[in-house]
Amino acid sequence: MVHAEGVRKHFGKVSVLRGIDLSVERGRVCCLLGPSGSGKSTFLRCINHLEKIDGGSLSVDGAPVGHRQQGNRLYELKEREIARARRDIGMVFQRFNLFPHMTALENVMEAPVKVAGVTRAEARADALRLLDRVGLADRAERYPAQLSGGQQQRVAIARALAMKPKLMLFDEPTSALDPELVGEVLDVMRQLAAEGMTMVVVTHEIGFAREVADTAVFMDGGVVVEAGDPRQVLGDPQQERTRTFLSKVL
Amino acid sequence: MAALTPAGAVCGARATAPHAGESRTVVPIRHWGRWLAAAAALTSLVGLIGSLAGNKNLHWDIVGHYVFADLVFNGLATTLWLTAAAMAVGLGLGVLVAVMRLSSNPVLRTLANAFVWIFRGTPLLVQIIFWGYAGALYKHILIGIPFTHITFLDMDTNTVLTPAVAALLALGLNEAAYASEIVRAGIQSVDAGQAEAAHSLGMRPALTTRRIVLPQAMRVIIPPLGNETINMLKMTALVSVISAHDLMSNIQDVYAQNYQVIPMLVVASIWYLILVTALGLPQSWLERRYGRGTAPATPATGPLQRLVTGAALRISRTGPAASTDSKG
Ligand SMILES: Nc1ncnc2c1ncn2[C@@H]1O[C@H](COP(=O)(O)OP(=O)(O)OP(=O)(O)O)[C@@H](O)[C@H]1O
Ligand SMILES: [Mg+2]
Repeated sequence: MVHAEGVRKHFGKVSVLRGIDLSVERGRVCCLLGPSGSGKSTFLRCINHLEKIDGGSLSVDGAPVGHRQQGNRLYELKEREIARARRDIGMVFQRFNLFPHMTALENVMEAPVKVAGVTRAEARADALRLLDRVGLADRAERYPAQLSGGQQQRVAIARALAMKPKLMLFDEPTSALDPELVGEVLDVMRQLAAEGMTMVVVTHEIGFAREVADTAVFMDGGVVVEAGDPRQVLGDPQQERTRTFLSKVL
Repeated sequence: MAALTPAGAVCGARATAPHAGESRTVVPIRHWGRWLAAAAALTSLVGLIGSLAGNKNLHWDIVGHYVFADLVFNGLATTLWLTAAAMAVGLGLGVLVAVMRLSSNPVLRTLANAFVWIFRGTPLLVQIIFWGYAGALYKHILIGIPFTHITFLDMDTNTVLTPAVAALLALGLNEAAYASEIVRAGIQSVDAGQAEAAHSLGMRPALTTRRIVLPQAMRVIIPPLGNETINMLKMTALVSVISAHDLMSNIQDVYAQNYQVIPMLVVASIWYLILVTALGLPQSWLERRYGRGTAPATPATGPLQRLVTGAALRISRTGPAASTDSKG
């Protein structure tokens, strides 16, 4: 589903990604771990083209990100085509980024109605079903400011799911939450993984990674240091850097 | 502020103690100083009004005669539509210029900056006169392809650029320069994460701006834009220099004949005041409309009510300065 080979990215003179190799199969969950500034968010944002890669190759579901392949040439996508490609990739942010001027229900309905052209009635029914799935059917008419952090993040997950994505990206979805609210968000993600959603999750929740992930990837300094079975990478890391990091986190 | 926080904490701790046991009557603080100041101010005000009302030179009979005159109403109508149309032009063009200034295209950015530079940098009066007498500069308005002889449209400038159109152009373009700054500040006040979230859902930039960014920017944009509208209402008085038949032009026509300058200006002021007051209503409605999803609206309380009751509750809302004063 996601295939990265030697992905590079720099901001000005600073190299943030220096050759990332990574593969996530359909229906699998991949957890990205690593110290702050190691490029986890940047890599995630490259996958749905919020950032342009400067080198290497990156493809989602067989299609090169941000490009169209014809013969052996790659053409840069137009704005419209980029937006089209992003529909299939849901993203959940550390700081929720719900639209504060819309209710929970309107947040979830916005993209299906305005982007996918679904009728309001249909989008509404869909949105209510999704909100029910994340346990928030009774909060549909609330504005984000009237919801707790955990509830906001669950609405954000429902909003991303409303476009029926093939792939979900999570960027530290529980890092901005009070400890007692982390569980409710992880529960939703666990359920999503069990239903077979392909997920790339940046997280510091080692327990979640160990339990849910099919692959754990440890990144540092813009490269993948160690990747593999989470029990192996997180339980018995082979690399010194991974061990140092885990000893600090646990 | 920093000094207040611990004091507040102590107050809070003390306050809970007496309430913990049986219920007692709470005696609110009396604000004798406020009552005194209010009485003094009111006395002065009554005196001032009395002296103005009794002043023969103000010719209240003339004011009364003209305040509902047809001429004044016609002027009012012009002033109103000119304000509305100029604000519409200004806001529409202002949004466009703001988006151009924030665009990644350097040519558009430079053009937009130049526009703001010119129209904000020259006096409005000059701009009004310029558009009013543009016929002297260009006898004909031609629309065609530059540097060729191909023209699609050829019109006499003075038939197109009537005083009303010139006034609208001058006010609208000038307003656009100011509005673009207000809109730009509003757009930039919206967290970048909002646009990212919209993009990640597959929304294109134009849709994102329209549905996500602008509605949130409105909260920041509306109060200064309310100011602009009030300003615009009064700035329309300037177009009297090109006889656009607005309220001020018509008032000037009258006092040019009867020499009753002050009474006629009082008539004008009365109407400007009424209009400005009326404009407050749509503004507060708009502020509530675009304030959706933020903190609940503050309870509506009249000034008198605020003076007499609830003073203790309001200390925290009037700001730290007020509470330090009351503590001595
Ligand atoms: N838009 C940008 N412009 C310049 N530098 C950037 C930008 N975005 C990220 N960086 C830099 O890239 C590096 C990697 O950032 P990134 O956000 O990907 O790290 P991260 O692994 O997600 O860290 P964290 O755990 O703190 O979220 C950081 O040094 C950051 O300062
Ligand atoms: Mg990050």
